[in-house]
Amino acid sequence: MNLSDFTHCAYIAGLLGGLLIGIAAALFVLLNGRIAGISGILAGLLQADKGDKTWRVLFLLGMAAAPYVYQMASSLPPVTIEAGTAQLIIAGLLVGLGTSYASGCTSGHGVCGISRGSIRSIAATLTFMMAGIITVYLTRHLIGL
Amino acid sequence: MLNINAFVVGLLFGLGLIISGMTDPSKVIGFLDLAGAWDPSLAFVMGGAILVGAGAFTLAKKRQRSLLGAPMQLSSATELDKGLLIGSLVFGIGWGLSGFCPGPAVVSAAAGQPKAWIFVASMLAGMALYVMIERRGK
Repeated sequence: MNLSDFTHCAYIAGLLGGLLIGIAAALFVLLNGRIAGISGILAGLLQADKGDKTWRVLFLLGMAAAPYVYQMASSLPPVTIEAGTAQLIIAGLLVGLGTSYASGCTSGHGVCGISRGSIRSIAATLTFMMAGIITVYLTRHLIGL
Repeated sequence: MLNINAFVVGLLFGLGLIISGMTDPSKVIGFLDLAGAWDPSLAFVMGGAILVGAGAFTLAKKRQRSLLGAPMQLSSATELDKGLLIGSLVFGIGWGLSGFCPGPAVVSAAAGQPKAWIFVASMLAGMALYVMIERRGK
């Protein structure tokens, strides 16, 4: 059986991938006592006063290994990046600044925070989803980027 | 042991992102595009993750230490402050502009996507900018 037998259906693939993300977040909080929040893990590497760099680097190396491990079973799903360079630079800055001020992103707030019933994370997730939806509406349907 | 687990969790998390379709920005934008050909499949990603996560976090909240003896580091903040809401708003705009949030961007950059590198470099610059602004404010 091939991995792509499951992943050709977007709903099953989404659910399977989501369950795996949930298992990862569960293992991290139960064994390491930490939130699997990617923006926080990255940002912690940029703060000189944080002495806990080793696990952050290893977490990110694990993430970086994922496409190569996946390729042992199946070819990687197609990736289409429609945004141009300037748009990616602006978007990257906004994501870096925004997740820093908000203390979290889709993983930290959207998965871990909602899982533990945090009001802040529910508010954050509703806010960035709404902002994303409005941005896509404006850029796709009004401006036509 | 904690460090080994960090690597394993990062790997599982990354595999979950790839399998779910989250690493494809055009798919993410399709999910956010309610007015277009809306693709709701990514809602199952967060749903599936929370399904597993809710049980684990209920257990974790009752503990002072993790199963490996590490301190349980869960935020106790409850205030909906300006930083949280404006930050999330700004993040959402960047997410909608690119289709990238931090996790999938890291995985795509590692897979060798040049455009993901541009995004990640810029995102790290944004994070560094925040650290500088905060340090000046102190």
